[in-house]
Amino acid sequence: MSEEKSKNSEKKSMRGPASSGNQRVGSQRPKGPMGFGPPGSHSQMQGEKPRNFKATMAKFMKYISEFKMTVLVVIIFAMVSTVFAIVGPKIIGKATTKLFEGIMGKITGAGSGIDFKYIGNIILISVGLYVISALFSYAQGWIMSSVSMKITYRFRKDISQKINRMPFKYFDGTSHGEVLSRVTNDVDTVGQTLNQSLTQIITSVITVLGVLIMMLTISRIMTLVALLIIPLSLIIILAVVKKSQKYFKQQQDYLGHVNGHVEEMYGGHNVMRAFNGEEKSAEKFDSYNNVLYSAAWKSQFLSGMMMPVASFVGNLGYVAVCVLGGWLAAQGKLAVGDILAFILYVRSFMQPISQLANISNILQQTAASAERVFDFLEEKEEVPETSTPVKLDSVSGNVEFKNVHFGYNPEQIIIKSFSANVKPGQKIAIVGPTGAGKTTMVKLLMRFYDVNDGTILIDGKNIKDFTRQDLRAIFGMVLQDTWLYNGTILENIRYGRQDAKDEEVIESAKIAHIDHFVHTLPNGYNMELNEETSNISEGQKQLITIARAILANPKILILDEATSSVDTRTELLIQKVMDNLMKNHTSFIIAHRLSTIRNADLILVMDNGNIVEQGNHHELLAKGGFYAKLYYSQFENSTK
Amino acid sequence: MIRLARYLKPFTLMILIAIVLLFVQGMADLSLPDYMSNIVNNGIQQSGIENAVPKAIRLNEMKKLTIFMGADDKAEVLKNYTLIANTSSDYDKYLKDYPQLSKEAIYVLKKINQKEIDRINPLMGKAFLAVSGIEQIIADPSRAATAGSELGIDLTKIPEDMTLDQIFNMLANLPADQLLKIRTAIDKQFEAIGDKMVAQMAVGSVKAEYSALGMDTNKIQSNYIWRTGLLMLLLSLLSAASTVTVGYLSARVAAGLSRNLRKKVFDKVENFSNAEFDKFSTASLITRSTNDITQIQMLIIILIRIVFYAPILGIGGIILALDKSTSMSWIIAVAIVTLLSLIIVVFSIALPKFKIIQNLIDRLSLITRENLSGMMVIRAFNKQKFEEDRFDRANTDLTKTNLFINRVMVLMMPIMMLLMNGLSLLIIWIGAHQVAQSKMQVGDMMAFLQYTMLIVMAFLMMSIMFIMIPRASVSAGRVADVLGTESIIRDPQDPKHFNGSSHGVIEFRNVSFRYPGADEDVLHDISFATKPGQTTAFIGPTGSGKSTLVNLILRFYDISKGKILVNGIDIREVKQHDLRDKIGYVPQKSILFSGTIESNLRYADENASEDKLITAAEVAQAMEFISEKPEGFKSEISQGGKNVSGGQNQRLSIARALVKNPEILVLDDCFSALDFKTDSALRKALKSYSKQSTILIIAQRVGTVMNAEQIVVLEDGKIAGKGTHRELMKSCDTYQEIALSQLSKEELE
Repeated sequence: MSEEKSKNSEKKSMRGPASSGNQRVGSQRPKGPMGFGPPGSHSQMQGEKPRNFKATMAKFMKYISEFKMTVLVVIIFAMVSTVFAIVGPKIIGKATTKLFEGIMGKITGAGSGIDFKYIGNIILISVGLYVISALFSYAQGWIMSSVSMKITYRFRKDISQKINRMPFKYFDGTSHGEVLSRVTNDVDTVGQTLNQSLTQIITSVITVLGVLIMMLTISRIMTLVALLIIPLSLIIILAVVKKSQKYFKQQQDYLGHVNGHVEEMYGGHNVMRAFNGEEKSAEKFDSYNNVLYSAAWKSQFLSGMMMPVASFVGNLGYVAVCVLGGWLAAQGKLAVGDILAFILYVRSFMQPISQLANISNILQQTAASAERVFDFLEEKEEVPETSTPVKLDSVSGNVEFKNVHFGYNPEQIIIKSFSANVKPGQKIAIVGPTGAGKTTMVKLLMRFYDVNDGTILIDGKNIKDFTRQDLRAIFGMVLQDTWLYNGTILENIRYGRQDAKDEEVIESAKIAHIDHFVHTLPNGYNMELNEETSNISEGQKQLITIARAILANPKILILDEATSSVDTRTELLIQKVMDNLMKNHTSFIIAHRLSTIRNADLILVMDNGNIVEQGNHHELLAKGGFYAKLYYSQFENSTK
Repeated sequence: MIRLARYLKPFTLMILIAIVLLFVQGMADLSLPDYMSNIVNNGIQQSGIENAVPKAIRLNEMKKLTIFMGADDKAEVLKNYTLIANTSSDYDKYLKDYPQLSKEAIYVLKKINQKEIDRINPLMGKAFLAVSGIEQIIADPSRAATAGSELGIDLTKIPEDMTLDQIFNMLANLPADQLLKIRTAIDKQFEAIGDKMVAQMAVGSVKAEYSALGMDTNKIQSNYIWRTGLLMLLLSLLSAASTVTVGYLSARVAAGLSRNLRKKVFDKVENFSNAEFDKFSTASLITRSTNDITQIQMLIIILIRIVFYAPILGIGGIILALDKSTSMSWIIAVAIVTLLSLIIVVFSIALPKFKIIQNLIDRLSLITRENLSGMMVIRAFNKQKFEEDRFDRANTDLTKTNLFINRVMVLMMPIMMLLMNGLSLLIIWIGAHQVAQSKMQVGDMMAFLQYTMLIVMAFLMMSIMFIMIPRASVSAGRVADVLGTESIIRDPQDPKHFNGSSHGVIEFRNVSFRYPGADEDVLHDISFATKPGQTTAFIGPTGSGKSTLVNLILRFYDISKGKILVNGIDIREVKQHDLRDKIGYVPQKSILFSGTIESNLRYADENASEDKLITAAEVAQAMEFISEKPEGFKSEISQGGKNVSGGQNQRLSIARALVKNPEILVLDDCFSALDFKTDSALRKALKSYSKQSTILIIAQRVGTVMNAEQIVVLEDGKIAGKGTHRELMKSCDTYQEIALSQLSKEELE
């Protein structure tokens, strides 16, 4: 399994830089599948705090309200289980006392020997108690794991559905990694808390209370002594935690620096070597690495001190109980078995105490995770659909822009008062230098973004009056970013129209000139694209996206001609297919080829997000403006 | 794992000390229950009197005791005592401890070792019991007949007015053979009880003797308890101190080892050639240098603190438990076997599922990532529902499997608790019978119980380790793989040096290259030469080997056949450093490092003047956007240059190469993100700026290359044509095809 696992972790780190939010440094609880962390790992958590603990918890309670009764049952079960377990040591103590008395009687010759019947009964009773406790404990765990799983399932589902309702704008400011991290890390944290910590809190509290009561029934003065060690241990533990956290943070920071440097240097290995940067890089690495070393051992050492310190304090309690108990027993004020019972109690006292000490930490962290999830779920969604949508029986493909104003930020309007009328079947080329915002028009047409002012009309109807689904069904889109998913080629083409028959899919593939190539692949149309969809070439991917658009049979086409990573032959093929596709369709083309541009009915020249010129090739050349300069710059001979 | 062991060498001493301290810790922890047992056995049950050998005894009393000893035994006992009378020199000293001394002479125990005490303990014990037995009999004449017959003397005949002293006097004066008879009878009787029990029973007599001596027996008892408590406290301290020290040592060793490994791996990887990068993959190398080493660090800490400790605790516990009772050892065996089978069963069910879980989590993240990256496509095709269903399937699978594992795992805790508690009860039940048969004392049973718990704990720790170690050792193996790999490209033993005779001349002589492990050549029989100050352009379809060719010049790979000469010297005969010093390289995928624009430009030459930076930026057409930034050259660049656009990235990357003022400038298809206008302006500026430089340029656009002095057309790793634009338009079909696909006939003229 290890090999497998390591592969996965590699994959993860490969995605690392793109999804930096995925690894929120230091906030992850050690997630061994069994929850075995390194010793003292809990204490190494960094105090990640929610903005509003109370409100988040209230939301959370509401979110899980449907499980209220189940959780109540869990709490009761946990209580029963704990109570039954707590009684045990006292009963064992009784048996021991009886035994001791029996043996003392034998020694002094006064007693009648050991009362095995009594001891036997006590033991039978205890076995019963322990079995009941175990049964309840298991039942409780069983129920709770279903509840927590159901809740995490729902969290994930809600997030995944939410993603589809979010406006594009949201993702301008939020990285994909951040969203991804909510689906995985944050939901996991919440689930784990539900699964383990919640019952842990209940059992810890009950154990502490129960043990306290049991101890009091045995001996008040002994209880007092045993309790004295609690504040002592808490003080020590808190002091250590406080000190170690400083180093822990430093360790995390420098681990981040080291990892960042490693990623950067390995990623830019060729550049680093080409510029003979080895020494510089090693120096930087060393400086990080050395700080990391000192922070690492200090934080490790300090957090590692928790265990011995806690166990020393535990031993203090143990000794105190032994000595005081022994002394009291010698005076005849305490039964011998009670010492044993006390020892067992003191031992079972320490663990829940240190757990409780950590609970606020866990709750805070859980709340922080839950808060991030809720934040996302409560994020403002897309503008709601119109309540009275228009439906077009047949779309002719007339597109009109009327005084369109648009900016990604309202303060920064980049398209100012753009108007144009596109007749059915016309070709519109969008040209401009890199970064001029050529895809903006596409995003507006398909309502990925809404215009700030003005209207866009299709066949005379405002696009806002369509449902998004109907509107988008009018368009077919082939972008430069060839997005395909981890499925078969057949499935990927069928993405264009889910109810298409296999023959139809293959027909579109033939039109897109990929039928032949698909047949050369292992498994043909059923070949699975890998997770990075890197097992076919970029050009082939582009053709598949075209086939996908063909299958959708749209009325209006949106094409991006950029084929930067495609070889010349494939490029020719793609162009041929695109040209075919454009016949009889109103087409918006993000154009790179001069032939396309020259043949366009309308050229929109963009610069800095704005449409600076519009017209056809000849008109624009005659104008001698931006377009003309752009065009002629191609042929400037640099040697002249 | 083992392959990395040698890197632990510098830490050998620390590890050894840690192991020694772990022993100390283990012994201290293990002896605590023993002292607790002493408190119960000796402190409470025996009133603080440890054995039947009193510290002092009246002369008179000793005389009584010795009646019941053989001559040898008597000598043995008396040898260990000093008789103190009021004439003795240290009379005053002892008077305080034993007030009775003022009235009669007493024997005081010499300072003798435990072994000697153990030897005389049963002798004294039996004698005490014999004496007290006789005293009881005399006090209760009804028992005299039966008891007397047991002892082999007729006690009924003793006159009633005889004092105890007189009776013992009489006994002492019995003939030797009769005394022997009595002794044999007593021995026979005590044999059934056992030495331990005899000593315990005799403690009552010792206590009575102490009272007779005027000592405070209560104080003896509480003193014993306090003393033992103090010892326990010291042991706890010792244990804590060792644990803390072990923690310190393990932290130092783990952090130190990981620092050294990290450094070693980093230095190693920095000198890897592209062949090794291809072999491991960049992502994998990153994981190996970061995560894997962190894993090893954790492993070392666990190794020292738990893996070494668990056996010490376990074995020590077993030894001590056996010392308390061998007849109950089967309980420990039962405990361990049950525990281990529980763990094996649970984990054999759960472990395979963990693997599946990891895959399912990956699947879920993959779909989420796809949903995010393909948002436009998904919405354009109205596929939201489809994607939600896809996600839901993955989500359901993950939830189901997780639920199964959780339900198996929650079984562990209750069963383990039940096991532990059941074990305690079993020990008490069996122990009670043992105690009844005088095979052990109550305190011993309590100690045994605690030892058993410690042993079970130790085995639990070990079993967990066996699950965790293989995982970490995979990391160790992966790190060791990197450290065990030597770069196939190394500097020559006796490097040549570039002399100034020629300048910027690159020559390929029948160069063939295939990637390590590949079946076919990527480049085949490539020959061409560049001239100083001239531009050589490479054009051809993707996969024709253009970038590979450039990588060969920089010696990122070594060629398979032929020769590459720079300034007339084979590049394999000079130092890599010297070779790369001559080349300004602009990669296809421009890579900037985190820092500022300035720090990136200075990466080529740390001492470059500000003017030079500005000129380079101007030539690269970067000055315009740099000056637009409020912080200009000091503007921050994030890792990989993600905060500037693709085109700006490329221009900065070009400027960086220019700052170097290189003899040879290699531009690997780095104009792709530039628009025509910038592209052309840049080429123009470049031409005039680097008149002295030889330029190698790879391009996709014919417009970019058409003015080069030499164009090399590559196809399928072979040269399909060589010459100027005009020549190639006439002679080279491939070139024509490429050119015509991009520009119209008129434009190409």
